[in-house]
Amino acid sequence: MTAAGVFADLVDQDAVVADLRAAALAAADQLRGGPGTGMTHAWLFTGPPGSGRSSAARAFAAALQCPDAGCGHCDACHQVLAGTHADVRVVRPAGLSYGVKETRSLVLRASSSPTSGRFQVVLFEDADRATEAAANALLKAVEEPPPRTVWLLCTPAPEDLLVTIRSRCRLVRMRTPSNRAVAELLVRREGVDQRTAAEAARAAQGHIGRARRLAVDDEARTRRLAVLDIPGQVDTLGSAMLAAADLVQAAERDAASTSGELDEAERTALRQAFGEGATGKGVQKAVRGAAGALKELEDRQKSRATRIKRDSLDLALLDLAAFYRDVLAVQFGADVELSADPARVRAVAGASSPETTLRRLDAVMRCRRRIAANVHPQIAAEAMTTALFTG
Amino acid sequence: MSGAPVPAVCVVVGDEELLVERAVARIAAAVREEDPTTEVHELAPGTFHPGQFAELTSPSLFGERRVVVLRAAQDIVKDMVPGVLAYAADPADTAVLVAVHAGGAKGKALLDGLLKAGAHRIDCAKLTKPAERLEFIRGEFQREGRSVTRNVAQTILDTVGSDLRELAAVCAQLCADTEGRIDEAAVARYYTGKAEVSGFTVADRALEGNLPDALEQLRWALAIGTSPVLITSALARSLRGLAIAGQPIRGVGEGEVAKRAGVPPWKIKSIRQQARHWTAHGIAHAIAVVAETDAQVKGAGTDPAYALERAITAIVAARR
Ligand SMILES: [Zn+2]
Repeated sequence: MTAAGVFADLVDQDAVVADLRAAALAAADQLRGGPGTGMTHAWLFTGPPGSGRSSAARAFAAALQCPDAGCGHCDACHQVLAGTHADVRVVRPAGLSYGVKETRSLVLRASSSPTSGRFQVVLFEDADRATEAAANALLKAVEEPPPRTVWLLCTPAPEDLLVTIRSRCRLVRMRTPSNRAVAELLVRREGVDQRTAAEAARAAQGHIGRARRLAVDDEARTRRLAVLDIPGQVDTLGSAMLAAADLVQAAERDAASTSGELDEAERTALRQAFGEGATGKGVQKAVRGAAGALKELEDRQKSRATRIKRDSLDLALLDLAAFYRDVLAVQFGADVELSADPARVRAVAGASSPETTLRRLDAVMRCRRRIAANVHPQIAAEAMTTALFTG
Repeated sequence: MSGAPVPAVCVVVGDEELLVERAVARIAAAVREEDPTTEVHELAPGTFHPGQFAELTSPSLFGERRVVVLRAAQDIVKDMVPGVLAYAADPADTAVLVAVHAGGAKGKALLDGLLKAGAHRIDCAKLTKPAERLEFIRGEFQREGRSVTRNVAQTILDTVGSDLRELAAVCAQLCADTEGRIDEAAVARYYTGKAEVSGFTVADRALEGNLPDALEQLRWALAIGTSPVLITSALARSLRGLAIAGQPIRGVGEGEVAKRAGVPPWKIKSIRQQARHWTAHGIAHAIAVVAETDAQVKGAGTDPAYALERAITAIVAARR
């Protein structure tokens, strides 16, 4: 780690880092019996997808547990960043929603005293996936927290959370990092060459995780190029329909490869936990328990697979939206860094009007909304590609 | 009823259409059994005069038998009532009069008079209690020499609803389609097949531009419990077939076109015929409608049946 400690990898977020560092020092002051002014027990990290809001929350959690306010090299820092610290619980909803039952048990565990003698930290990623009942359970915890418990909630926008919860949290707003800063991070962390890093950063438009994937994963790059073929492909109704089918199938393949590995690993772990192959007293009971747990696991995995597929499709749609924004920029003669291949962008820009481009952008964004609203992905995609065709 | 002679005057009382139909048909059949040359005459209020009634009910020259069905007897004009009652008091032995009466307060004098004159009463009131409907369902199977458990009858009732005609049709279909025991699995099999088929029928009628039939098929599909989502996906699938296979694709064989369109190869010809009535923009518009409808039927606060009706109307309107 550099001198910046646990905050080193927060790309282009100087204001946020200064705030969090000050709060971590105040927290340490509080532990020593001081007033701890500047520390608070509930935080809301917001920012566009990929801006690193959960990384920021994690770094802050490390700073709270570190005797040196986030040095980046002590045991506490390592454990938090590796996800093994006993007093930092990371909640990452795997499915599309997070229920009240899970939230209640989370609240209960969060109220126990920290084993390290510092803080009991709960880091809730995608807190916007909490159901309404779950959010209400959360509200009670945030309203009257035990003295050593700290809640770190993450959502894309503050509005994604109940206003009653939001108003009790200190807001941390991440900004979209610049392409240059993202590229620098890729070179430093992933060891890729300058050119690949710059291309990936440009394509990802400020989404750090996406940029990393594009920089290191050939398949992700290939998929993105296939998506960017679509604007040039939709010259007949039939090809527009086939483009939609390709788009959905690519997302399915992506989801299958990602969740397939996870699924099998989890099933194996579960079978081992229930003592597969064991004999003797109590086995009957264990087998019954295992069957129930397996069913529950399968339900969870199914929900996660749906989410991965949607997320993958959403990334493709974001690429497509970025492409049409590039087209619009060229049509208006704006001098901006294009995310996609300039030759392709100019070809589409020259063949259509800005009004058409706006309608096409609308169609892409509508497709994203519909998929989020549970519309059958292929139907949503077909409505989009045929709208791209009609222009 | 076979064996005993058919009463000369019958009143079928009630408004359960299917039961009324069956009662009338049963009487006619019983009379025909006695005399195969029997003619059945239907009289409805406002379409005949008193002389006609007298003529039909009086003994004929050759002594052939007649069944005279007086429909909606509660609605016949007052002037006719004495004639009908007089006949009922002293019926001819060559005719059987069947008066069909709704059973309400209207025309009550006629009904009471007929009964007083000794008419045979057959009740066909609407079934209101679930137990009666269950009994009806089990009776339907008995008619076919089959039997079902109470649970199976309940499953059928739950999925079909309370319309006796539909119940009877479903029971008959199940008897015809199922070899061996008719259990819940057989009912479920029947329905999954039906649900898928019905979605496609709706889509076919809509793409052909036949709005009344499309709407009727839609209502039927929903009535038998087809999920609205199955209907939007059937619409989407049919439009997909039309969009991709509607025109030949240069350099691509028909088998491959069918594969890409997700339709069986034998359907290509009829799809191309359909395609003559569609423009590319019309199809694109219809696809947009289906996507919006899929969002509506999955969202809260919209009546799915209404959303689907509007979608089908819009799809039919999108044709050339
Ligand atoms: Zn440290």
